[in-house]
Amino acid sequence: MNKKRSLILREVCNLIVPAVLLYAFYVQFHGDYGPGGGFQAGVIFAAAVILYALVYGREKTQKIFPTSVVRYFVSIGLLLYAGVGVASLFMGGNYLDYNVLAHDPLYGQHIGIFIIELGVGITVAAVMIMIFYMLDEYADK
Amino acid sequence: MDIQTIINFSLLTLLALTAIILLRLQNLLAAVLLSGIYSLLSAGLFVILDAVDVAFTEAAVGAGLTTVLLLGAIAITGREQSVTRHSKLLPIAVTTITAAALIYGTLDMPKFGDPMAPIHTYVAPRYIEQSDEEIGIPNIVTSVLASYRGYDTLGEVTVVFTAAIGVMLLLGGSRKSKNQNLNKTDKNE
Repeated sequence: MNKKRSLILREVCNLIVPAVLLYAFYVQFHGDYGPGGGFQAGVIFAAAVILYALVYGREKTQKIFPTSVVRYFVSIGLLLYAGVGVASLFMGGNYLDYNVLAHDPLYGQHIGIFIIELGVGITVAAVMIMIFYMLDEYADK
Repeated sequence: MDIQTIINFSLLTLLALTAIILLRLQNLLAAVLLSGIYSLLSAGLFVILDAVDVAFTEAAVGAGLTTVLLLGAIAITGREQSVTRHSKLLPIAVTTITAAALIYGTLDMPKFGDPMAPIHTYVAPRYIEQSDEEIGIPNIVTSVLASYRGYDTLGEVTVVFTAAIGVMLLLGGSRKSKNQNLNKTDKNE
């Protein structure tokens, strides 16, 4: 994966990757209003990173998203999700009952859904990038 | 015949064709690409069924990422499938019996799109009617996924998490340690 790709590939990649990343965030935070949500957003984000890695090589991508950091994010997302459940327990509700998270049940639901979707997105994106790194590293060995 | 029926039929025909070609292929590279096409076609079907969220996931995961990850796996394992020499009678028998049982099972199911089916009379009306007051977000799919069925989604994320742990355990640094062992034995000799 170290050999340099053609100019056209690199330029198209430069053009697409930022747009795809932005779209991932749109899908993440617009999931309450349209199709999409954490899972799809995570996959799209990972797809952009993997596209970059395919064109520019894994080493260069790992300078932006180092394996050690991605590894932490694999669990951070899940902990964020489970943490919302624990937080609602402490605030007097059932596990994952978002109603108690704020002064108003609807407001609490918004906060709860926002955070757990973020957790889903983080874990899914990190997992996909991690699996790609692992496969690519294994192929290089 | 309206346009939706035509699209339905052509998508389903293409799906069946792709599946049959997939079965007969020995070249894994082509098989991976075809399974990506299969996912894209099913994503199209999901759109027709008004399941946009599912279609979205299918297109992104099935047609996009899985294809890349499987290509990465093929880069490690090689492109050709090894030819199996043992008899194919047993697998065919098992598949036929399982398929027959599954089809027999569908006979008892409510008709496709039947509004009186149990799934549409139990919790679905409540989700549709109460979601706006209880959760307050326009996308009911998200409110079911994230709030009503929060436990299920937590479980799904845990599954994804477990998959990553599995891959990291299987592929992470295993060859290096093997080489180190080899070096050690070399030194001992």
